[in-house]
Amino acid sequence: MEFISAQNVCFSYSEIEDGKKAVNAVDGVSLDIKKGEFVALLGHNGCGKSTMAKHFNAMLVPDSGKVYVDGDDTSDEDKTYDIRRKVGLVQQNPDNQLVASIVEEDVAFGPENLGVPPQEIRLRVDEALKAVDMYEYRKNAPFKLSGGQKQRIAIAGVLAMQTECIVLDEPTAMLDPNGRNEVMSTLIKLNKKKNMTVVLITHYMDEAVLADRVVVMDNGRILTQGKPEEVFSQVELLKKHRLDVPQATELAYKLRGCGVKIDRLPLTTEDCVSMLEEVLG
Amino acid sequence: MVRDVTLGQFYPGNSFIHRLDPRSKILLLIGYLVIIFCTFNYLSLSLVTIFTLFYILISGVSPKIYLKSLKVIIVIVLITSVLNLFYGTGEPIWQWGIISITMNGINRAVFVTIRIVCLILASSCLTFTTSPTDLTDAIESLLKPIAKIHFPVHEVAMMMTLALRFVPTLLEETDKIMQAQKARGADMDSGNIVTRVKAFIPILIPLFVSAFRRAYDVATAMECRCYHGGAGRTRMKVLHMTKRDAAAFAVVALMISGVIVCNMMFPAVM
Repeated sequence: MEFISAQNVCFSYSEIEDGKKAVNAVDGVSLDIKKGEFVALLGHNGCGKSTMAKHFNAMLVPDSGKVYVDGDDTSDEDKTYDIRRKVGLVQQNPDNQLVASIVEEDVAFGPENLGVPPQEIRLRVDEALKAVDMYEYRKNAPFKLSGGQKQRIAIAGVLAMQTECIVLDEPTAMLDPNGRNEVMSTLIKLNKKKNMTVVLITHYMDEAVLADRVVVMDNGRILTQGKPEEVFSQVELLKKHRLDVPQATELAYKLRGCGVKIDRLPLTTEDCVSMLEEVLG
Repeated sequence: MVRDVTLGQFYPGNSFIHRLDPRSKILLLIGYLVIIFCTFNYLSLSLVTIFTLFYILISGVSPKIYLKSLKVIIVIVLITSVLNLFYGTGEPIWQWGIISITMNGINRAVFVTIRIVCLILASSCLTFTTSPTDLTDAIESLLKPIAKIHFPVHEVAMMMTLALRFVPTLLEETDKIMQAQKARGADMDSGNIVTRVKAFIPILIPLFVSAFRRAYDVATAMECRCYHGGAGRTRMKVLHMTKRDAAAFAVVALMISGVIVCNMMFPAVM
């Protein structure tokens, strides 16, 4: 069953200027996301992936085309809050999305807005903080935490609203490698254990490899999509659109170019090591 | 350097005063401030002073910190008390040219000094023992009645919460921008006051631009989390008054009636 369904979505930020038609940030994208799926939306800056993310929780409404979330049309203003309580959005800058000066009060912000009774909020906050391994920091001030920790609190803030889907717009772009790992392992845990639908927008190929499905966008359109191994085996196509492939894939691809016999391109470092062992016999 | 600034200066603790409902603390403070200015003789003034020392001791915050808060206003206290010293009426006890000191002037100076000191100590006690969030919650709750006349109580409280949240973030950013500008050769530590103020402009402009960008992001984040104003919103922490608050009210009421009795029984010197 499709949880989010985008149908031929077009969107442009500016109105028509100087008689010329404005460029569409998203230009005819159709995309279905199933319940419990982990989808990575990939592309370099300005390809329309963040614009797409804002369509998933009715922050933006398509100029033409439709987006349905769990059957509700996002352009229906009466449904806006129903949609936002089903789909949470985590943004790039961890500093700019925490609202309160104490961790647990920030996590409580969402459920407070939904009008959840106080005792229930307490339970949800504790549960959400435990799910992202930040329970012991509940009384801290967010500005004293690391970027990875702040991003996990932002995720907890979404969890406390008991959303069914979490959309993350480059959540790791401003983090160091440690913070990036923390956030990624939290997301994988939520997807596997809680069957949370995850839409991860990123430009790190190594993160996209971890998803069930990779969607590559370029110039406001979908370039290609499929399982990570299918997408990243199209090295020529990705290179043509100035996109990278994971390092392991790149290495194997170059070796193949030098005449080494490799049938399947590896995606991760471990994959690559075993492939090399095989080749070297 | 800018990081040393701690707005509100909250000192976490577990004392009797820390555990009072923030609303009672605000109401008690208001009552206390009124009564400070209703002391008319030395007996009632000393009663208030003793009470002040009493709550400082049980607040669980070191007296040294209170002294630090007084340091800031020492100049104001000195100026007002010296001025009052010479403004007395009645028989002069010491005279030099047109300057004269009367008994009334001395009394005035003493009263004004002690009143200002008590006022600062009491307000510090509130901010030292109450977290900024509790304070805004209490203000929102106390102002609720005037929401009926369409005063945006919830919005004001939310703005205060957000402002407090972004104080450390913006201070950190100021620090970063200052370093960045210094790295490009900006000179901020020399020249007269005008050049120094001018040197601050290249710091303020990027800070403002970034503050607006942040505001936009925060607004998006709040909308994403279903924020739609105060209507239908609940709170995780519900403020409620306990026996402890009743006890505090009783103690302050006792002090106030003590002051009134002293004022009536003995002649006023002010």
